[in-house]
Amino acid sequence: MNNSNNKQTTPAWATGILSAIVWGGGQWLNRQYLKGLVFFLIGAGSLTAELTTGHYNDMSAGFRLRDNGGFFLKGLWGLVTLGTQPRKMGMSGLTPGDHSIVLMANGIIALFVILILVFFYVWNIRDAVMARRRMNESGIHQSSLQDMKQLWESMYAYIVLSPAALLTLFICILPIVFGVLIAFTDYSRSNTPPTKLVHWVGFDNFVTVTQVFSWMHTFLNVLLWTFVWAILATITTYFFGFFQAVLLNNSDVKLKKLWRSIYILPWAVPAMISALVFKSMFNGQFGPISQFLLDTGLTDERIYWFTDPNHTYLARILALLINLWLGFPYFMALIGGTLTTVSDSYYEAARMDGATSSQTFWKITFPIVYKATAPLLMLSFVSNFNNFGVIYFLTEGGPANPDYNFAGNTDLLITWLYKLTLDNRLYNMGAVMSIIVFLIVASFSLINLRKSKSLEEI
Amino acid sequence: MKAKRTSLTTILKTTLIYIELIVVAVIIIYPLIWIVGSSFGSSKGLANASPIPDHTTLNNYIDLFRNTNFPIWYVNTLKVAAANMVFGVLLSTLGAYAFSRFKFKGKKASLLTMLILQMFPAFLTAIAVYMLFLNFGLLDSLTGLAIVGVAAQLPYNIWLLKGYIDNISMSFDEAALIDGASRTQIFIRIIMPLASPMLTFLAVLQFAAPWMDFILPRLLISSEEKKTVAIGLYSMISDQTKNEFTLFAAGSVIVAIPIAILYIVLQKYLINGLTAGGDKG
Repeated sequence: MNNSNNKQTTPAWATGILSAIVWGGGQWLNRQYLKGLVFFLIGAGSLTAELTTGHYNDMSAGFRLRDNGGFFLKGLWGLVTLGTQPRKMGMSGLTPGDHSIVLMANGIIALFVILILVFFYVWNIRDAVMARRRMNESGIHQSSLQDMKQLWESMYAYIVLSPAALLTLFICILPIVFGVLIAFTDYSRSNTPPTKLVHWVGFDNFVTVTQVFSWMHTFLNVLLWTFVWAILATITTYFFGFFQAVLLNNSDVKLKKLWRSIYILPWAVPAMISALVFKSMFNGQFGPISQFLLDTGLTDERIYWFTDPNHTYLARILALLINLWLGFPYFMALIGGTLTTVSDSYYEAARMDGATSSQTFWKITFPIVYKATAPLLMLSFVSNFNNFGVIYFLTEGGPANPDYNFAGNTDLLITWLYKLTLDNRLYNMGAVMSIIVFLIVASFSLINLRKSKSLEEI
Repeated sequence: MKAKRTSLTTILKTTLIYIELIVVAVIIIYPLIWIVGSSFGSSKGLANASPIPDHTTLNNYIDLFRNTNFPIWYVNTLKVAAANMVFGVLLSTLGAYAFSRFKFKGKKASLLTMLILQMFPAFLTAIAVYMLFLNFGLLDSLTGLAIVGVAAQLPYNIWLLKGYIDNISMSFDEAALIDGASRTQIFIRIIMPLASPMLTFLAVLQFAAPWMDFILPRLLISSEEKKTVAIGLYSMISDQTKNEFTLFAAGSVIVAIPIAILYIVLQKYLINGLTAGGDKG
């Protein structure tokens, strides 16, 4: 501040160049020491991280990224090469090989951190230039503290967002990048590190899915069933929920609250528990339903609901019915709420015109409720499309289908993916399928989004 | 004559409605009674399970608490659920506040990114999360589980809350600004209380999720004393040879009852929250 009449003003670009050479250098020249120190520490910190995590003290054999690189350099090297030496049995025991997947994960982490550092680096230069320019124009020196207070004001939104952003970046986006990259490798159970190296294979996996008959056959059939399932599951729960809500809305029904509390139970009980309970009830060998049918003489032998490969439709229909049990209360509650908002004047007018009750329903009630709940129908479709819980806990995808690659007759894409990746460790194929599922779900969601206004509101 | 016929059809209609209501109620309740009854049954195993056991006994519950790790799993899940609720709600409210009230560079891009993130299947990220946690030493830890739980729901929660906060009039903020409140104070004193119906909804969802979350704990947790109830309960009946069905029944009852009560008591908030979510796409 006392230096505001300084005759020889430093040009703004000079501070920028200094900051580009040494982190925080420009700020130091601007005599914003605290800010300069913060930038310097970020720069020095990352350099120290690279040096301490690498092996820079022993470069007798020359500098090699694999042996000498630290967090950043070795990370990038690993991401590009995925390792060069598998673990081998040597004369002196096991040699430490490269673990391709760890290298890849480290590489992506390094890449993300580098991107953040680049952001800070550019900011460091920009900040020095801007601060100097302001000072040169106004002739008033601003201290770091004043500057940072101003920064807090102007950056409030970013600062408030940063914890959520960092968490999302590292736990959501980074794993997705990793997952997408896996689709372009040969990472599978026959090729697991550290005994073997994983390689980049380009679009080979996508070609395999489309050209190898068994993959395409399984994929198309599972996809078809997933669509049938998602459509039927949504429609049945919606209409039955609607029906139940309309019945409960009837003025002759007493004890509405009690009925509603009963019907809401399937929604309130955790779905995984309900699904497992149904699985036990419909257990072919010991379950009470099969036993009951046998005892009453309705069937001659026990019915293996979810495991009999000769009656695949039995398993599918039963899964849909149990899903109806699980899913209708949600729509019932929702539509019940919407029904109370429909103005009585509509019904009055309809009665005056002598409309029958079915006319009243289809011409008044249904359109109003449908309009209010249509976006949720699409949402429900998407969640049924990816309904892991019901299928996995109820049928485990069964009955088994020998014509399919690792899938059963009730498997949805999402449970098939689970089997591919976690049970059968075909990580690369699982990743390819994940991308395809994403594209399908995303296109549906986008159609839904275009209809609603939320995009324009951003 | 006409009036009598109408009343007759009305009675018939009402009777039919009641029959339907009763039939559906029985279908709803039977499986639930069956599992509760099985949990009090004296004979082990699925084959003898019945809704009304011959000899009612508490043995299954005693067994569950003495001879299995169920109490440990329960406490573990409770910890994860509490952390999930507190941090999930806090971070998403902060994020939604920023997105709703401030204009900044990259706002549209970040909102779109979060929208797209919601559509990725969890499996695509599962292995990567495993590798990541392997690096950071968060594997087989409840902290890790809570971190993923919070992060995975953030995009959806922020979108939902942003829509809700958008509808809170700016005039409250402006009045507080004139009174000299800082933006953090506005957030705590005005936005949080006014958004509390939505916060309740999110809190319930965040709290309930870990009890039934299966895929991530199964992937990330390996030791017995870090398991959550979902994994524990599943292992009780997935193993055909162990025949622990009645234990599973007892465990399920203990897990399901508090959550069911929570849902039934708060159903108004839940329905409002879901409706608002639908409006926002």
